[in-house]
Amino acid sequence: MTTRRLVLTRSAALLGAASSGLLLPAHAQSNKVRIGLMLPYTGTFAQLGQACDNGFRMALEEKGNQLGGRDVEFFKVDDESEPSKGVENASKLVQRDKVDVLIGSVHSGVQMGIHKVARETGVLNIIPNAGMHAATRALCAPNVFRTSFTNSQPTLALGKAMMAKGHKKAVWITWKYAAGDEAGEGFKEGYLAAGGTIVKELGLPFPNVEFQALLTEIASIKPDAVACFFSGGGASKFIRDYAAAGLRGKIPLYGSGFLTEGLLDDDLAPSAQGIMTTLHYSTSLVSKRNDAFRLAYAKKFKMQPDVYAVQGYDAGQLLVQGADAVKGDFTNKKALHAALEAAVIDSPRGKFTMSKAHNPVQDMYLREVKGKENVVLGVAAKALSDSGAGCKML
Amino acid sequence: MDFANFSIQLLNGVQYGLLLFLLAAGLTLIFGIMGVVNLAHGSFYMIGAYLAYALTGAWDSLALAVVVGTLISIALGWGLEKLLFRHFYHRPHLDQVLLTFGLIYIFEELRSMLWGDDVHSVGVPEALNWSIALTDTLSYPAYRLFMLAICTLLALGLWLFISKTKLGMKIRAGAFNSDMAQALGINIVRLHALVFAMGVALAALGGMLIAPLSSVYPHMGSQVLIMCFVVVVIGGIGSVRGALTAALLVGLVDTFGKVLLPQFASMLVYVLMALVLLYKPEGLFKQ
Repeated sequence: MTTRRLVLTRSAALLGAASSGLLLPAHAQSNKVRIGLMLPYTGTFAQLGQACDNGFRMALEEKGNQLGGRDVEFFKVDDESEPSKGVENASKLVQRDKVDVLIGSVHSGVQMGIHKVARETGVLNIIPNAGMHAATRALCAPNVFRTSFTNSQPTLALGKAMMAKGHKKAVWITWKYAAGDEAGEGFKEGYLAAGGTIVKELGLPFPNVEFQALLTEIASIKPDAVACFFSGGGASKFIRDYAAAGLRGKIPLYGSGFLTEGLLDDDLAPSAQGIMTTLHYSTSLVSKRNDAFRLAYAKKFKMQPDVYAVQGYDAGQLLVQGADAVKGDFTNKKALHAALEAAVIDSPRGKFTMSKAHNPVQDMYLREVKGKENVVLGVAAKALSDSGAGCKML
Repeated sequence: MDFANFSIQLLNGVQYGLLLFLLAAGLTLIFGIMGVVNLAHGSFYMIGAYLAYALTGAWDSLALAVVVGTLISIALGWGLEKLLFRHFYHRPHLDQVLLTFGLIYIFEELRSMLWGDDVHSVGVPEALNWSIALTDTLSYPAYRLFMLAICTLLALGLWLFISKTKLGMKIRAGAFNSDMAQALGINIVRLHALVFAMGVALAALGGMLIAPLSSVYPHMGSQVLIMCFVVVVIGGIGSVRGALTAALLVGLVDTFGKVLLPQFASMLVYVLMALVLLYKPEGLFKQ
């Protein structure tokens, strides 16, 4: 009996070892850089995930698909924007596929999962979108970098622009969830510092879109201006309702750039005229760098790039710089992180650098909706840096 | 808040309430008469909105889309009842929950295959695409008033139908005691199919009417479903009158809550539900 049991346990152990990859030497022999792409390829954020993916691959292709002289190999996981699978999916890439770098993700909830895995395993993580504060604030890590924004970064630039127009009393309105609250924090900080007063903060649960009562309230308060954070479908609904309630043209509407980014079609544009937003990019930004990028992207993917494509592209550019500095040796973490921290990214949005907390120090543009474009009026805040409050690397 | 703004908020609350009623009426009837917990009810609302989007895209007329869409949803409800729900009336609630929960996924996947995962919008009909200036800063969109009128008419019609017609009497009898109704010669099988189809059509109609105001987006049914259940619970299961009262109550509490107590807005409706459950565990109008 004992021998049989012994055989059983031994073979079980063997099976376990085989499935966890201990007996498969293939990984070690391959000399390719293993890149994990953990993005939403299905679901509400599918387009955003694909845009990040496109941009990232384009940046690598421009360098002959080489990182510090080594070929690259991709491992894709669809994170479905599903926070509950965040840790599991990230672990899969790190433990099973043994990736050298993890690119992802879009959704902040999923990012929390990636962040946990990145902090525990020390694998390099570059965030191409998710803006939750923690990643580059209280929970910042030497191996985590971001090429997008923090949720409060775009709205931080609003206050000055609004005061310059003489809008001294404003109402703030958003969805009551993490991203909305963080955007509100940014707006408050910027607007109060510029001398403005927030007369009322309005909110509704995410992703509720019944705005009518709140719009009536805004009309009765009659502030100088309204500032908001909404994105995606809820944003277009808010813009439409704001116009239908007769507020457009009477009380100016401001917002984080995600209010109008990628949404201005024939249908929405008439209701959106005159909305002012701040963002680190605009599709109608005129610069040699942006024109060249847009042309190349359009040629390759037969579609126009958006801000998410730019962020993915810059994640690729950042990785190229880091890898080149250590000649493709991803085990030399200290030098790799130092190189990434010192990188200057020649982005389609304009050059930007990394803050000590590993978030972009970038220009925020003031944009106005004219026709179907977010026309850039100028720079609302030059080299704007997130405070990184609570980050131990500061 | 001055009187003008108070009245406008009142209007907002009533309008939201009436829309909730359209959705909850079907849910409460299906629950009350067939004893089916229909979690897929929100999906019918979503299907209605997407039908409005697809059909206005084809014909450029919302009125025509609503008529055809309602017919389609009646057919859908009739078919689903015959193929699936009929076999679940006497099964435990857990089975029903599993069935309808599964249906949510099936409908979402079908929606994804047919219309994709993008957010769409439906244009307000040209004839109603104007606003009435109420105060110097606020205008009220004509379409909202139109919807208010339609919902009022539907609510009134439904009430008359249930309380005054012979068929309505049979439905009430079925809700009260289905076995006895059958023993008295009422064709309960056909009655069930009718009620189910009507419930589906009402939810879809709600979706179609709200489409020009709201955007049309994936999972739009799930938010509304929760509110519908709140309405059904407050109103008392199976009571159309209760659903109407509860829907208006929820509409007003939600609207004024958002304005007067913004920090507690999202929980006020649930506090209301908890209070009703505490003092009237069967709902306001349990039959």
